[in-house]
Amino acid sequence: MTPTINTYNHFKDQLLASFRLAEDRMNGEAKTAFHGIRRAALDQFDRLGFPTLRHEEWKYSNVTALLKEDFDLDASSSLTANDLTQLEIPNLDGNILYFVNGRYRADLSRVVSPASEVELLSFADAQKAEPELIGDHFSRYADYQDNAFTALNTAFAQDGIVIRVPANTTVAQPVILRFVTDSREKNIVSQPRNLILVGRNAEVTVSESYRTLGDGAGFTNVVTEINLERDARMQYYKVQNDTEQSYHIGTTQVHQADSSHFYSATVTLNGNFVRNNLNIVLMGQHAEAFMYGLYMPNGKQHVDNHTLVDHAMPNSYSNELYKGILNDSGTGVFNGKIYVRPDAQKTNAYQSCKNVVLAPGASMNTKPQLEIYADDVKCSHGTTTGQLNDEALFYMQSRGIPKDEARTLLLYAFVQDVLSQIKIQPIREYLEGVVRQKLGE
Amino acid sequence: MLSINNLHARIGEKEILKGLNLTVNSGEIHAIMGPNGAGKSTLASVLAGREDFEVTDGSVDFEGKDLLDMAPEVRAAEGIFLAFQYPVEIPGVSTTNFLKTAMNEIRKHRGQDPLDAVQFLRLMKEKMKLVNIDQSLLSRSLNEGFSGGEKKRNEIFQMAMLEPKLAILDETDSGLDIDALRIVAEGVNQLRSPERATLVITHYQRLLDYIVPDFVHVLYQGRIVKSGPKELAMELEERGYDWIKDEIHA
Repeated sequence: MTPTINTYNHFKDQLLASFRLAEDRMNGEAKTAFHGIRRAALDQFDRLGFPTLRHEEWKYSNVTALLKEDFDLDASSSLTANDLTQLEIPNLDGNILYFVNGRYRADLSRVVSPASEVELLSFADAQKAEPELIGDHFSRYADYQDNAFTALNTAFAQDGIVIRVPANTTVAQPVILRFVTDSREKNIVSQPRNLILVGRNAEVTVSESYRTLGDGAGFTNVVTEINLERDARMQYYKVQNDTEQSYHIGTTQVHQADSSHFYSATVTLNGNFVRNNLNIVLMGQHAEAFMYGLYMPNGKQHVDNHTLVDHAMPNSYSNELYKGILNDSGTGVFNGKIYVRPDAQKTNAYQSCKNVVLAPGASMNTKPQLEIYADDVKCSHGTTTGQLNDEALFYMQSRGIPKDEARTLLLYAFVQDVLSQIKIQPIREYLEGVVRQKLGE
Repeated sequence: MLSINNLHARIGEKEILKGLNLTVNSGEIHAIMGPNGAGKSTLASVLAGREDFEVTDGSVDFEGKDLLDMAPEVRAAEGIFLAFQYPVEIPGVSTTNFLKTAMNEIRKHRGQDPLDAVQFLRLMKEKMKLVNIDQSLLSRSLNEGFSGGEKKRNEIFQMAMLEPKLAILDETDSGLDIDALRIVAEGVNQLRSPERATLVITHYQRLLDYIVPDFVHVLYQGRIVKSGPKELAMELEERGYDWIKDEIHA
């Protein structure tokens, strides 16, 4: 059934009205440069509208179901620390920061790193306390001209996290950002905005995770902007183990300076509709970006990973490995773009997407897109989509391992080289448990 | 121990085994030789339980039980081991982890307790020495990047660990140089016992200098057409298979 224009625009109109209402209530804030950006972004969102299947970037990801949900734009929540115990990850140590419906909750969070090592500010607080910081970086990396969801997030940017690591500093403990949507009483829209600034020769590990409490629908539209200065190193994990009523659309935009290293792992184990955009601009030379991904849609789940690596300068390196296990009527999408600009000689850019399809109703769409304008480069891409190796299954059976166990062993082995990229051990162990459970289903 | 009666097997529409008969008793080593296409690998596959091959007639008795009725993993638990001609590579699964899982599944089937980490390691060290295989090979992904010789040695190592009643070596010597061959044979010979039996499937006589058989059978056009003592292997080496083919067709 094609949605009527009413359905299609209902959510959009609701959002536009909400913005104007909030704006009317503002005093001086409405005149700030910051708000000016938000206004411009809203206008752009209005112009663009939500994408349809006719948009190339949304060809395989249908947002109609999302638009039909009845969301309450009031983000208030009565969630307490007690409610969070069911979401805790055993043995997890570090800076654990909670965001409920997109708002930072200092009362539920625990900061262990000294302020000299890392500055952790809620975006809302940073807006008031350090407006120049926000002014210098907000919306400098994630472009909203062509992306309705980024425009929407920019327009509604109110809270999230600002992480700033000073030069030559190694943050010993990881920064773990846990975004919780409280959908116990209403269907929630949550739009956190994050900014991560890693100084020259600094090092930090940041993990983002997304969970929903309650049976209601939860829509998270998140944008994380990351800037790595020269020689900076960062581990970035995005972990999604969410409910059957959750929608997630997220853009992580990374700018890397000379000789910086960015290692990322995006692991999507459960969630109704997930779209991850990971865009990396290698603005400097000798920079490295590693992007690992794992997705396991089953039931009617849909996971769409869009990546972009832009080699703007010579001598940089990027390597992507995305893996999927698709079952039941699960669907997956991988679109990996690699741009190599004319001056980016000696670029090494590699991309690989491997998928195992376990049921005839599951499907995977992959599209590599390489645009190479320099002539002295090494680039490759490859994708495989198939079933489990029968020969390997028989080999295992011949050694006494029953077929089901052999299947699980093989699938578990398949995901290991991505899961092993998550260096925060309690999180990795937790994910391994979820994977085992899912494979056993 | 093993009694094969009038075994007929095909793959797709093609019939490969056409009435094979063979009896193997405990303590014996039998060599199966024959020209290419005779059905040597098919025999190994059918005994191991590969689904691609359909048994259309005949029976196989193993220790008084109907082998053909058992799933491959049950056959392994009952004590059958197939050393593959082309062992598959399994990235992400180490030999160590694989064997521990296999052994404990077999023990579960036999009503035994699983081996704990210490017991398993001890057993591994013992068998590693026996087969002269390096620790580094075992902690890597199963057969991944292994040379032909290393893969075959890994097969023999697994065999040493699992201690089967009946070991079937499917052209274990193919692709091996003399040194590798000697090491593999050494491993097999170390496992000889009056309670065990071995079926050595080979195209060339060379391996049989090192693994000396009690009986040699010639498999031709899906049937065992000639049997004899180990000297038969020498005769085949000198004269080839043509004289047997002529005998059959005369």
